[in-house]
Amino acid sequence: MTAPPRTFTFHVDGKVVSANSGQTIMDACDQAGIYIPRLCDVEGLVPQGSCRVCTVKVDGFTVAACTHPAQANQWVEHATAEIEMYRRDLVLMLFHEGNHLCPCCEASGRCELQAMAYRLGISQDQQYPYLQPTRPLDTSHPDIALDNNRCILCGRCIRASRDIDKKNIFEYVGRGINKRIGVNGDSLADTDAEIDDYAMDRGVCPVGCIIRKYEGFFAPYGERQFDKAPIGHDIENQSQPDQLNTEPCKEGDS
Amino acid sequence: MNRKRVATTSLAGCFGCHMSLLDIDEQLISWIEQVDFDRSPFTDKKQFTTECDLGIVEGGCCNEDNVHVLRDFRRHCKVLVAVGECAITGGLPVMRNAIMHSDDPLRDCLEEAYNSSPVVFNPQQHIPNDPALPLLLDRVYTCHEVVKIDYQIPGCPPSAQVIWRILDALLHGREPKIDHAMIRYD
Repeated sequence: MTAPPRTFTFHVDGKVVSANSGQTIMDACDQAGIYIPRLCDVEGLVPQGSCRVCTVKVDGFTVAACTHPAQANQWVEHATAEIEMYRRDLVLMLFHEGNHLCPCCEASGRCELQAMAYRLGISQDQQYPYLQPTRPLDTSHPDIALDNNRCILCGRCIRASRDIDKKNIFEYVGRGINKRIGVNGDSLADTDAEIDDYAMDRGVCPVGCIIRKYEGFFAPYGERQFDKAPIGHDIENQSQPDQLNTEPCKEGDS
Repeated sequence: MNRKRVATTSLAGCFGCHMSLLDIDEQLISWIEQVDFDRSPFTDKKQFTTECDLGIVEGGCCNEDNVHVLRDFRRHCKVLVAVGECAITGGLPVMRNAIMHSDDPLRDCLEEAYNSSPVVFNPQQHIPNDPALPLLLDRVYTCHEVVKIDYQIPGCPPSAQVIWRILDALLHGREPKIDHAMIRYD
């Protein structure tokens, strides 16, 4: 018989947030209606803390909110000018590392990288050079294409294929600036990838790297995922977030 | 307010950003008392007549003429604004930089465009090479790789409202600010 979850509170930018033991900072903030920006973390997959866009400061140290456990009475800095600057720089560098040409990308409007840049207010990006990589496309599969130039190495497809599809189609290869996503074969057609795999679901690849053929531009301009509401809108505007915040603390309250 | 001089140009772009500028519609009328257009496709002036307060550049640099024009704009304009994705990131023309695994990507690009494409009829296999044509650069450059750019307006094209808010602020000496919700890259 498992013990009932211990409930405690901690502080996010001075606001009291309640959490259960075992929850990460991001889980607790999601529940409380506080949206922490993220790219590599998505509902249903194990967090890996690689994109660092969810960086927060806990008691003076920067940590990834998606993997760092919430603890009683800790002080979390989330929407401060310093943290926002880190996040903007991280997202900006992703734009410069790959080929993110929104006008000619079919993911535009539902792309989480693009939506994150909108949310963080990136419009004057002149501090880094564009690397303009020329990685080969993989169009061998009849239903799926891969454009590695758009990949942000979030690893969501790796985790979806490994943990949910149990196929291990994707894996990181290379190191440092040469790190990229490789497939378990000479090309995608040599793997057992199928269009119905969870890894090929539209919600898994946050950018336009995994392309489902014959489905491009399925939603018209104005009706795409992030056209009407910014990313994180659903978490910030979920029902009764205040009720969770004001819930009396049962244990560990100072 | 003193009358301001504005210059505009379209480099490796599609003129969509100029169309978006015209889309400002009747609000443009308020500029009649305040703004004179110098070198611009609107006036059809090909050279600067004097120094300008504001230069508006659409498109990146894909040939040597684009580079000359852009440097001329930098020399003559106090404030230079890059408008649209082509000017900021290179946009659609920059896709030619992604030609892969080739020792001579520019030749491969021209071969594909004029000879080997299945939809091209070109029995003489002639690639345009008239001396009057500006020479293509080895790759497409963004505006700020060539000159210093003071402000950027993202969008493909940016909406008339965004262009208006930023240009109007600059003409009146205010620091331009747009809401996050108005930022668009497509």
